[in-house]
Amino acid sequence: MHELSIAMSIVEMAQEEAEERGGVQISAVHLKLGALVGVVKEALFSSYEMACQDTPLSGSRLVIEDSPVVVFCPQCQAQRALSSLQLFYCAECGTPTSEIVQGREIEVTALEIQEWAHNPV
Amino acid sequence: MGSQPRLIEVRKNVLKQNDMTARALRDQFRAAGVFVVSLVSSPGSGKTMFLEKTLTRLRQSYRVAALVGDLATENDAIRLARSQAPVKQITTGTLCHLEAAMVQHALEGWDLHNLDFLFIENVGNLVCPSSYDLGEDLRLVLISVTEGEDKPLKYPTIFNSADVAVVTKMDLASAVEFDWHSTHSNIQAVRPGMTVFKLSAKTGDGMDEYLSFLAAHLARLREPGAI
Repeated sequence: MHELSIAMSIVEMAQEEAEERGGVQISAVHLKLGALVGVVKEALFSSYEMACQDTPLSGSRLVIEDSPVVVFCPQCQAQRALSSLQLFYCAECGTPTSEIVQGREIEVTALEIQEWAHNPV
Repeated sequence: MGSQPRLIEVRKNVLKQNDMTARALRDQFRAAGVFVVSLVSSPGSGKTMFLEKTLTRLRQSYRVAALVGDLATENDAIRLARSQAPVKQITTGTLCHLEAAMVQHALEGWDLHNLDFLFIENVGNLVCPSSYDLGEDLRLVLISVTEGEDKPLKYPTIFNSADVAVVTKMDLASAVEFDWHSTHSNIQAVRPGMTVFKLSAKTGDGMDEYLSFLAAHLARLREPGAI
C-alpha cells in the first residue's frame, strides 16, 4: 500500500503550491500517472481522500490522466507505443526493446483553484 | 458573489524527494567505490537464504555488508549475521517498500570506503518497490521455481525496472515440474535482453556464475576513469 505515501506527497505538494500563491483554495489536483509506476488508481483515489483530511485540500478532487508506455524502437528509429505491459516489443514492427521514453512518470501537472469574483455584478 | 475554477499548470514529480535522495546516495556510493545491489522478490522466495549465501561466499575475497528491510522483526538480520558480514535491519513498520531516505538513515555512521559490496534487501513485495530508486547500481529481482513461470507477466513493472533476474531453488525444479524455458521467455518478454541466472542458494549450484557477474561489475566500477 504505497499509494498512501504517494497521496500524502501529492497533498503536501499541492499545499505548498497553494501557499506560494497566497493561500488559494484548491478544488482539484491533476496528476499524470505512468503505466509503469505500479500505482493502483482505485487505491490512490481513496488514499488521496484520506490524505486530504484535516488539510485545506479536504473535499478536493484528484483527476488522473493515464500515461501509457512509449518505447524507443531501435528498428524503426522512432518512439512507438508498446504492444502490452506483458510484451516489451514495438507495436509496429515487433522488435524487442527496453528503452522506455514514457510511462515511469508520476507528476502533478495542474491545480484547479477557485477564483472569487471581487466585483460581483 | 460567485466563483469559477481556474487551472494553473504545475508539473512536479511526486517522487522528486526520493529521487533526489537516491541521487545523493548514488554519488556517495560512487565516491566510496562501493558496488550496491538491491534485491526485490515476493515474500518466501528465499531472498534471505540467497543473500546469506551471497554474503558468505563474497566475504572470502571482498568486504561486504547488507541492509535488510522488513515490516517487523529482526529475524532476517539475525539470520544474515551468520555470514559474519555487517548487517543492519531497517524495520519499515507498515510501509511496504524501502525509500531512499531510510537507506540514507540506516547508513549513518558507516564508512562506505571500507566496503566493496553493499546489498540492500527490500521488503518482500513485487509491486511497491518498483518506483523507488534507492541509489543502487544494480536491481536484482529474485524468483523461485515454486512461484510459477508466469510471475514476470503478472508483475511486469518490477521486472522491467530490474537489471538482472535470478531464478532460485533450482534444486526443487523437477519436484515442482518447473519450466525454465517458459520462465526465461516470460522474463525476456517484459524486459528484453535482461541477464538471467538460475541457481540453488541451498546447494550452491549455479552460484559461481552469478558471483563472477557481480565481481566483473565491481571491477568495471573500479577501472580508472570509470564513472
